[in-house]
Amino acid sequence: MRARDLAELAGRNLREAFLRNSLTTIGISVGVASLVAMLSLGVGLQDLASDRLARTGLFDAIFVTPRSAAAAYRGSVQPSSSPAQPPRPLDENARQEIRSLPNVVEVYPDIRFPIEIHYAGDSYATVAAGVTPSARKDGAFDGMKGSFFSGADADETILQIDLARQLSNQPETLLGKDLTLRYAERQPLPADPADGNAASDGFSIVPKEKNLRIVGIVETEPAGGIGSLGRGRLLLPLELAETLRSAQANDLRDLLRDSPKHHTYESLTVRVNDPPKVKAVEDSIKVMGFTAFSLLDASKSLSLVFTVFDLFLGIFGSLALVVASLGIVNTLVMAILERRREIGILKALGASDRDVRRLFFVEAGAMGSLGGLLGICIGWLIGHAINFGTNVYLKGRNLPTISVTAVPWWMVAAAIVFSIAVSLAAGIYPASRAASLDPVEALRYE
Amino acid sequence: MENGNFMAIRMDRVARHYQMGDALVRAVDDVSLEIRAGQFVALLGSSGSGKSTLLNLMAGLDRPTSGAIFARGRNLAEMNSEELARHRSHTTGIVFQAFNLLPRMTLEENVELPLRLAEVDREERAARVHEAIERVRLTARLSHRPSELSGGEQQRTALARALVNRPSILLADEPTGNLDSATGDEIMRLLREINETGMTIVMVTHEHPRAERFAHRIIVMSDGKILSDGGAA
Repeated sequence: MRARDLAELAGRNLREAFLRNSLTTIGISVGVASLVAMLSLGVGLQDLASDRLARTGLFDAIFVTPRSAAAAYRGSVQPSSSPAQPPRPLDENARQEIRSLPNVVEVYPDIRFPIEIHYAGDSYATVAAGVTPSARKDGAFDGMKGSFFSGADADETILQIDLARQLSNQPETLLGKDLTLRYAERQPLPADPADGNAASDGFSIVPKEKNLRIVGIVETEPAGGIGSLGRGRLLLPLELAETLRSAQANDLRDLLRDSPKHHTYESLTVRVNDPPKVKAVEDSIKVMGFTAFSLLDASKSLSLVFTVFDLFLGIFGSLALVVASLGIVNTLVMAILERRREIGILKALGASDRDVRRLFFVEAGAMGSLGGLLGICIGWLIGHAINFGTNVYLKGRNLPTISVTAVPWWMVAAAIVFSIAVSLAAGIYPASRAASLDPVEALRYE
Repeated sequence: MENGNFMAIRMDRVARHYQMGDALVRAVDDVSLEIRAGQFVALLGSSGSGKSTLLNLMAGLDRPTSGAIFARGRNLAEMNSEELARHRSHTTGIVFQAFNLLPRMTLEENVELPLRLAEVDREERAARVHEAIERVRLTARLSHRPSELSGGEQQRTALARALVNRPSILLADEPTGNLDSATGDEIMRLLREINETGMTIVMVTHEHPRAERFAHRIIVMSDGKILSDGGAA
């Protein structure tokens, strides 16, 4: 029998026992909905966790330090066999070289320095930190009061809420107000006329002041990558922070080197456009002569945990579908009993065993695919209901809204394929039983 | 030797035995017969004589326990289920006492059903359905369901359905058994008309007078064996 005729006959049979077949289809749809809702929750939570972790800058970032610094950090000493090869300095040239590597989005130094704030006649000691424009996507800036920096070198600041509370009992009133930043600037020493050199090797540290406008207040302290967890309480645009030439711990190390005028960085943070590419970039940086470190392995472990989590959610979700598939077996077995004589007539008129088997398979598949489509819609609605309920709860606690469920296209396709496969599997026994009916016996059936 | 041009069906020492509990039922027992193409054969016998079983064996609905049944030169006993289905679809048409129409289908759809199973093109189907329905003179009832037709009309529909695939053999199992005398005669006249076009007809009946009026050859069965054979006409 041709496919179209098969479909027409199957459709006619399904319409004939409309109520029973509808209930079976609804059973399938409930199974698929449970599967989709479970998986969408798993995938949604994974996406949420991945997104939040990505925003911390821990999984798409590489922390770069000079080799000597890393060795000193570990308390080891340089191998005596290589005195002729001094470690490569982490300077501006190195920064540009790393920036030119494929898939590198940005390379920035970790600028943090002690400051004193003057506001409304009082002084407050704290730590300032430079923030890159890309940090705008950082989760810490979600729900911030005020706005992000208007430019990369704007004379603006964003305060961490605890600091803002120190400055005012009503932190929101600080927005748009100015404060004065007092910090230590590194200045090269003027040339010594007694010495033939144009400039001195040393530098002096002098107090400086800078007026900044408060444009925002953040609840949490933004992280700036692996090397700068627990940043500062007063945030500046990174370019502005660099132009301040504030004294850094690394300056003393530069002073002790042969060429103290050659400014180096204590560390650099490298951001990569895609976490899976971190490893390749990290290897390239190591080849360049630096120490590089990333949390890629931690990311892989996290992915493994969620894969197992999704697997178990999928198994539990599938149980309902398996139970629903028993409904298909029951419906089709009942249909065989009711249509026994009809099967006999079909065979007498020339239907082969294969035709009869295919007819029952098409009926099972139709119930499965219809149930699958309906189940996806119900599962999607359940996902939205979960999101809605979660966000009502979060709003009640003055927290930003999130999405805890997700129904990606592959899940839709997989749910349909799975529901059809389960339905066809459920149809194997009834279809084989119908196909093997003896036509003479079937024609005698009343 | 089998001759496809002249011999519609040849049965050679055919037996069909059933096991019913401890008893062996010999429904058809060592039957041999030849039916020439174009013959109108009536199989007579009392209930349980084996005539319907013999008809089912000719139709390929049942398989013999032993022996050979030749139709169009091929032994049905050696065919697989797909080949038997093809035999039922292309070589034979069958009419039952209980009509066996599908109740939810219209007359037209019932007649079209064998064409669907035989994978006949849709364009050709309509013409063949109308040709078959015209032949049984039911063109006015195309969209009626079986429950809306009289017994005679239902049997004529079943006849149209049996003829629509243009088989060479028409098998009829008590085609007038559920009909009154006048309607039964009407169906018999229709069968004779069909037979006059050259189609072989094998009809099971227990109505001896009617068989004598319309059939060329009368075979009487008893206890699964041929009791008498009117011989080839």
